[in-house]
Amino acid sequence: MVSKKSKTWHWSQDVHQLFKKIGIKQVAYVPDGGLAKLLERCQADKSMRSVVLTTEEEGVAQMAGAWLGGQRGVLLTQSGGVGNCINMLSMMQECRIPLLSLVSMRGEWGETFPWQVPMGQSTIPALEAAKVIVHHVDQAEKVPETVQAAAKLAFDANRAVAVVISQRISGSGSKG
Amino acid sequence: MATKSNTKYTLQRRKVVHRILEGRGDAAVVTGIGNAVHDVASANDDPKNMYLAGIMGGAAMVAFGVALAQPKRRILVITGDGELLAGIGSLATIGVEQPKNLSIIVIDNQAYGATGNQHTHTGRGVDLVGIAAASGFKKTALITTNAELQAELPRIHNKPGPYLAVVKVMSKSSARIDAPKDGTYVSRRFRAAVTGESA
Amino acid sequence: MARKKKTDWSKDVFKVLKKADVQQIAYVPDAGHTSLIKMAIADNVIKPVSLTSEQEGVAVLSGAWLGGEAGALLMQSSGVGNVINMLGMANECRFPLLMLVTMRGEWGEFNPWQVPMGQATEGVLEASGVIVHRVDEPSEIAETVEAAAKLAFEGGRMVAVLIGQRVVGFKDWTK
Repeated sequence: MVSKKSKTWHWSQDVHQLFKKIGIKQVAYVPDGGLAKLLERCQADKSMRSVVLTTEEEGVAQMAGAWLGGQRGVLLTQSGGVGNCINMLSMMQECRIPLLSLVSMRGEWGETFPWQVPMGQSTIPALEAAKVIVHHVDQAEKVPETVQAAAKLAFDANRAVAVVISQRISGSGSKG
Repeated sequence: MATKSNTKYTLQRRKVVHRILEGRGDAAVVTGIGNAVHDVASANDDPKNMYLAGIMGGAAMVAFGVALAQPKRRILVITGDGELLAGIGSLATIGVEQPKNLSIIVIDNQAYGATGNQHTHTGRGVDLVGIAAASGFKKTALITTNAELQAELPRIHNKPGPYLAVVKVMSKSSARIDAPKDGTYVSRRFRAAVTGESA
Repeated sequence: MARKKKTDWSKDVFKVLKKADVQQIAYVPDAGHTSLIKMAIADNVIKPVSLTSEQEGVAVLSGAWLGGEAGALLMQSSGVGNVINMLGMANECRFPLLMLVTMRGEWGEFNPWQVPMGQATEGVLEASGVIVHRVDEPSEIAETVEAAAKLAFEGGRMVAVLIGQRVVGFKDWTK
C-alpha cells in the first residue's frame, strides 16, 4: 500500500480495499467526479458488482434488496442525489435495514456553480431529518477510517449511515 | 390522449396473483404497495414474501438487489402500475443489468386503487410492456386472458429473464387481507428464509 | 359530519386557488386531495396534470411560472421526500412554488411505514428552504392556502401548506 504521505496516494485506494475486506458485493451509483477514482477501482474489481442507476433512490431500494438477500452493498452518490432519496430512506428506517452510503459534496467549499448550492446546503440537514447518521469528513487521509467506522455502524449496528466527503477533498467544481 | 376504459378487462387481480404464486416453488416475492400486498398475503403469508407496504417506486429495485444476492433463486415482483410508474427508471437499470432470475408482474388496473381510483398513465396510453422491451428485458408479455396467463407461467417462473408481464385486470379490488406490517419483522423473517442465516 | 367538513374545506381551497389565478394543478393522487383533484379536472380553465412522481410536479410548475402561469402541486407527505433535489432548482431560480401536502404518518396513523417520512416531512422541507405553514383546523385551511399563495406568487417563495392528518383522516379505499 502506498504511504498516505506519498503524492500518488488517493483515499479511494484504501476505501476500495476496505470494501473488499468487509465483503461489499454490490456497488450502486450515479456517477460523480468526486467519486470517479473509487468508481473506477470498484468497476475493475470482479469481486463486486457495479450498478449504474438512473436515479439515486433506485440505489437505496437496491441496497435494501442486497441486505434482504444476504449481501452487503454500498451506495455512492453526489450530494444532489441525496435529495432524490429522502422518501426511499423511510424504508430503511422503518425496516431498520443497514445502509452504507458515500456522498460526494457539491455546493459548499469553493463551489463556483450556483445551482449546486441550494441542494449542497440542504444535504446534511435533509439526511438528518430523514434519520440518517452523518459522518462529515474534510481531510483526505481521514476518509478511510471514517468509512470503516460508518460500515461498522451500518452493518453491525443496523443503521443508515452516510459518509459525506467534503468538496474540500475532491475540489470538484471549485476551480472556476 | 383519450382515456381508454378498462371495463373490457375481465381478469380478477387476486385470482391472477394466486395462479402465479401456486407455482412459485422456492421463489422469493417482493410486493409493491397497496392491493399487491393484500393479493400476495391472501395466497399465503410465506416468509419469503417481502411486503413493501408503504413505499412507492421501490419494489423493482429491492427485488433486483435480492436477485443479485440470490442468483440461484427466482425473484418475483408483484406490484401495481402506479407503483412501477413511480420508479420507472428502474426498468432502464434492470434492462442494462440483465438479472436472469428476476420477473416483474404488473397487476395493471390503470388506477391508483388506494387513493380513490384516479387514472394512472397506463389507462391513458402508456405501454409498460413496450418500455420494458425497449429497455432490454429478455421477454415481455401483455396478459389479458386466463389462456395468456397460463402460457406465460413457464417464463414467469423458469425461463431466463429479466422478464416483465403486464396483466390487465378489472378495477375492482378484493377484500383486504392484512399482511404483517411491521417492516423490521417482515424484513428479518424474509432474510432468514432466503439466506438460512439469522439477521 | 367529518366528510362534510372535508368537502367544505376542499371547496373553499379551490375558490382560493381560482382567485389566485392558478391554471395548472399537478398532483399525485392522495385520498385527502380527492375532492380538490375532481374539481381541478372538472374546471374548464385549470389544466390538471397527473404525475408518476412528485418531482415532476416541481419541474412542471417551474415551467408554468416561466411560461406565465401560476400552479399548485398537490401531494401526500411521502411525496415530499421525492422532491428535495428538484426543489434546489426552484430555490436557485427563486421560482414561486405552492404545495399543498396532506399529512400521513402522524395523528392516528395505522400504517407504520408512513411514520418515518411523515415525521421527517417538515424537517426536510425546511432544510430545503421551503416556508412551511401547518394547519390542523379545517376552518383555517382556506385562509392558510390564501396566505401561502400570496407568499408564493407575490413574495416569490417556495411555500408548503401541511394539512394535518387530524383534518384529512384516512379513507381506506380498498375496504
